[in-house]
Amino acid sequence: MTDSAARRFVLDHFWIAFGAFGLACVLGVYQVLERSGIISALQSPAVYFASVSTHGVLMAFVLTTFFIMGFGYYVATTSLRMPIWNKGFAKAGFWIALLGTVMAAIPLLLGKASVLYTFYPPMQAHVLFYLGATLLVVGSWFWCVVMVVMLAQWKTAHPGETVPLPMFATTANAILWLWTSLGVALEVLFQLLPWAFGLVDTVDVGLARTLFAWTLHPIVYFWLLPAYIALYVFVPLAAGGKLFSDELARVSFVMIMVFGLPIGFHHLYADPQQAAGWKLWHGIGTFAVGIPTLLTAFTVVASLEVAGRARGGKGLFGWIGALPWRNPMVLAAILSLLMLVLGGFGGLVNASYAMNAMVHNTAWVPGHFHLIFAGTVITMYFAIAYHLWPRLTGKRLFSESMATLQLWCWFIGMVILSTPWHVLGLLGQPRRISSVTYNSLLTLAWKPYELAMIVGGLVLMGSAVLFLYNLFKTQMEGAAERDLTVSYAEALHPVGRLPDVLNGFRVWNGVILLLMIVSFGYPILQFFLLQTHNPSAWGY
Amino acid sequence: MHINPLEQKWLYVSLAMIAIFLGSIFLTAITKGVHPPSHIETIDSASLHLSGEFAEDKLGVRQQPDGSLRVTLVAARYGFYPNHIEIPADTPITFRMASVDVLHGTHVPMTNMNTMIVPGYVSQITTTFPKPGDYPMLCNEYCGMGHDHMWSTMTVVAKENWHGVAKADNLGEKP
Repeated sequence: MTDSAARRFVLDHFWIAFGAFGLACVLGVYQVLERSGIISALQSPAVYFASVSTHGVLMAFVLTTFFIMGFGYYVATTSLRMPIWNKGFAKAGFWIALLGTVMAAIPLLLGKASVLYTFYPPMQAHVLFYLGATLLVVGSWFWCVVMVVMLAQWKTAHPGETVPLPMFATTANAILWLWTSLGVALEVLFQLLPWAFGLVDTVDVGLARTLFAWTLHPIVYFWLLPAYIALYVFVPLAAGGKLFSDELARVSFVMIMVFGLPIGFHHLYADPQQAAGWKLWHGIGTFAVGIPTLLTAFTVVASLEVAGRARGGKGLFGWIGALPWRNPMVLAAILSLLMLVLGGFGGLVNASYAMNAMVHNTAWVPGHFHLIFAGTVITMYFAIAYHLWPRLTGKRLFSESMATLQLWCWFIGMVILSTPWHVLGLLGQPRRISSVTYNSLLTLAWKPYELAMIVGGLVLMGSAVLFLYNLFKTQMEGAAERDLTVSYAEALHPVGRLPDVLNGFRVWNGVILLLMIVSFGYPILQFFLLQTHNPSAWGY
Repeated sequence: MHINPLEQKWLYVSLAMIAIFLGSIFLTAITKGVHPPSHIETIDSASLHLSGEFAEDKLGVRQQPDGSLRVTLVAARYGFYPNHIEIPADTPITFRMASVDVLHGTHVPMTNMNTMIVPGYVSQITTTFPKPGDYPMLCNEYCGMGHDHMWSTMTVVAKENWHGVAKADNLGEKP
């Protein structure tokens, strides 16, 4: 990336993402403290639920969306060796998303949008919140268009050539996000906005939940794909090896895109407004989408083994010790995969059609998604930031040892935070409570775990401070970095000419359309055939 | 396209694992009828308490004409009504719940009784409680500033100590 304006543009995205992350971490620490009830002055449902809503929106919508957009521009310009297509258009997307973020943040921080990041009608937030969230998504669509156009232009200029893997995956994510965000967009445009503006009095909660479920699962793949991209194209290189298989990586990305979409009803297993058959159908897809993750784990571990053996590692496990554990990218990959294994196991429980009843809406669920999202995904975001900062700022990373310390702290903090969280869920504690008021002996068993979570939260906060400090110091005072070359891991077996289905998305869009009609067609249509009685708006 | 033999083996292992997981889900769903609550039935939240099964004098534990037990509950900020129920162990109990206001949910810790309560829809779930004891029934979906305080209690009585639904409870029940 030689164009300094483009580098600045990517950095702007990253700073907004990580600024939101820092603020959300502070809220997280407050939440574990408040929830434990040890400081009575902190007890306040109003502040707690405003905080949880803000924490969720910042982490899940703002951090992710801006990070993914910035990373996408970086991957597109470096892997295709092209400038950003239509810079003005891309900038418009950035500013619209930023405006949306600010518009949503105001009512959130004022406690006027304590409806959690899942919106939860018929509780009604301030109209600015819905408008802001909409603009954030609309801004991200600009980015999707840029990615799709750049890929198309490159293919026209390079007929028959294979699209570089990182760009293939980034475009898969852009298309996945367009499909994903359509569900929540329909909910907001046709249900929540007219209702929040007072044009209609009532809202069909069953339909709203169904549309949100459309978005709610694949959105996690939108967040996850940049982490997978780093695992495939940065990690093997950082470990001193090659990517085990380029083709299978493409197969995994395509499978995530296709199977990730029509499976949202595992969020509605416990809901009364959808039939068991549809839930089972979505459940099958939920397990199917585990396959690309199993393939990814194999390919990344195999790539690491190739690297470890090349570095002189011997025997069945000797290659693990031979890996460069002090390299932030390699360390992040190892820790990230560990958390993926643990979190994946929990995910199997949630995905299980009937067993889900044992954990649905208990503390197990936030324990699970913190392990996968804040653990696996965010750890790789950290590693990407450490990898890109010198290439974006032209300055050497302020401290590599601080980076590895930070990654270890994040891993340890996340284990201390999420293990008790899972246990609390199994002990029956509901998620989304601000205090424990139940007059039941059961709650005595919860106390030690809530205290352990405070320790986890504090370790994570310390890690977040180290991360932001390292990036800030790098940019402000780092020594000049001489080697700014951008490189992506080569495959062990050079990729020859690939069939069109592994080099583009035309066919897959058709398959997705078909699957979405099958999986969501009737379940959405039924609300127009049923005699529904829709509730009016409630405060909170 | 190049596929390494090891990759191929791993793919088979992955597929086999997924098949085992899905196989056990289908097995329990088909042979034991284990399904999540999925009773598509609409109701008007604004008027459900005025008449019919969700009227105040009809709530609670009822014996159905066929002898089965049914528990009818209203979820409203911030409680489940009635706020205490008593039921026998080892007996299938059918819960029917509806919300008069916002989204709620409920679960009974250590059991598989767990459902969302979505305004406009009736939640129906049938389960059996094997262990007698006092259980809390907790609201498990954020429903407003008093959400923490939304809970009720359930006493599961050993089957041999269960003397049927109290007479007073069955007043007004028309089969």
